[in-house]
Amino acid sequence: MSDYNFAYLDEQTKRMIRRAILKALAIPGYQVPFASREMPMPYGWGTGGVQLTAACLTPDDCLKVIDQGADDTTNAVSIRKFFQRTAGVAVTQATREATLIQTRHRIPETPLTEDQVLVYQVPIPEPLRFLEPRETETRKMHELEEYGLMHVKLYEDIARHGQIATSYAYPVKVEGRYVMDPSPIPKFDNPKLSDCPAIQLFGAGREQRIYALPPYTQVVSLDFDDYPFEASKPDHDCDLCGASDSYLDEVITDDRGGRMFVCSDTDFCAGRVRAGHAGRLAGRNKGAAA
Amino acid sequence: MSAPILSVRGLERRYGARIGCTGIGFDLWPGEVLGIVGESGSGKSTLLSCLAGHQRPEAGRVTYDGRDVLAMAETERRRLARTEWAYVHQHARDGLRMGVSAGANVGERLMATGARHYGRLRAQAIDWLDRVEIDQTRIDDRPTAFSGGMQQRLQIARNLVTGPRLVFMDEPTGGLDVSVQARLLDLLRGLVRDMGLSVIIVTHDLAVVRLLADRLMVMKSGRVVEQGLTDQVLDDPQHAYTQLLVSSVLQV
Repeated sequence: MSDYNFAYLDEQTKRMIRRAILKALAIPGYQVPFASREMPMPYGWGTGGVQLTAACLTPDDCLKVIDQGADDTTNAVSIRKFFQRTAGVAVTQATREATLIQTRHRIPETPLTEDQVLVYQVPIPEPLRFLEPRETETRKMHELEEYGLMHVKLYEDIARHGQIATSYAYPVKVEGRYVMDPSPIPKFDNPKLSDCPAIQLFGAGREQRIYALPPYTQVVSLDFDDYPFEASKPDHDCDLCGASDSYLDEVITDDRGGRMFVCSDTDFCAGRVRAGHAGRLAGRNKGAAA
Repeated sequence: MSAPILSVRGLERRYGARIGCTGIGFDLWPGEVLGIVGESGSGKSTLLSCLAGHQRPEAGRVTYDGRDVLAMAETERRRLARTEWAYVHQHARDGLRMGVSAGANVGERLMATGARHYGRLRAQAIDWLDRVEIDQTRIDDRPTAFSGGMQQRLQIARNLVTGPRLVFMDEPTGGLDVSVQARLLDLLRGLVRDMGLSVIIVTHDLAVVRLLADRLMVMKSGRVVEQGLTDQVLDDPQHAYTQLLVSSVLQV
């Protein structure tokens, strides 16, 4: 099938990554350094996630790759093709069928199961980075649980915008210990992090960090007593499938202010359409959502 | 007045072969203001950062409230540093978070110690801005938009908001013009008295210690050459260096 080792990486590298994964699972939310490899794609394209996927894949796995919820965008297509060529594993677009899901910036709407692994691509793993630029200092802050600074950021949000305006990469606290960046998922997805039956792995290739949430880990979004966390989404139903409880993308349809809201999770939306649900514009925009 | 709040014995800090400060020993009692004066390079800032735990001394013992500060775990020392201690830097920029608003600066120590109610944080920030004579409409401005004197007052508010017992001040009036200095000193004097703070204040400005300090230590070349009550030391200096220092002040 190809001259590459199974799933591209050599076995020693996979071993090194698996050791990091085990450590990360043992200390939920803790960022484990690992010797990130040069991958045949640029940084920012999911090199961390790809290495995790490569280290976790077995020949029997069924892989799903999503980018902002969609199975058919550039990032998702290229990574899926990469593993089809280098590992020859089965691929799918259906969340239910997949055993390993690599994702960029979303958690699928369909609830995950104990038989699944969710791999996140992470650009900047350090939640304190934009508040404290020194790596030595942020490590010390994690070590000593000095997380007051995180609330300074939320305070600034409220002072400036009247509410917590952070809408993605919303900081969470894991099992009452480590503050973690959930990668740039919308804060709508934050509640799904907690008590999730699937294993959740986070890989940052450029920053050389791996962290993880074992199944059924308690994950709490940080907030203030009088400004509680809110999982927000556009105040609409999906225009294609009519779902009122899924995260929506806003799509500009013309230059006269026309717009539509569609589920960002394409598999979820298509599944609902197949099941006979219909939204405001169903049928009128045939082909708009593949 | 049962026991000293801070007690220092035989403290020494070296930079390689050079002496930062050596043979330092004193007691600081609750509610007392201790001034440390001396020329540039006499080791007074080194001493202060050793006391505050920013640097590790080579020898000696520092006891705070019966606890050995140097033997403490870092977790505990840092917890002390953000609850019962405060450190006012010479340059307000070193002590402030310049990227966030004044309110967030004042609230940071509160949030670090577990305050999670925005409304109350806000009320406390306004109260403290008031106390340090910063107009409360400036609460959402960043410190970069403040004048030097305001930045220094904001730094003081940010440090005192948790009601510390021991305050370290490193030349708090350095770099401010005299009228701003005078107001800042007046403010400090009021706060020290109202809150019953114990203060160690490092300065080279004798006027500052004359106004604020109960007791005075004079340092030269890393050693304490003279100590005693402020008025006593300034009015009747015994050591040759102190005499020089006192006579060097310009009379207007």
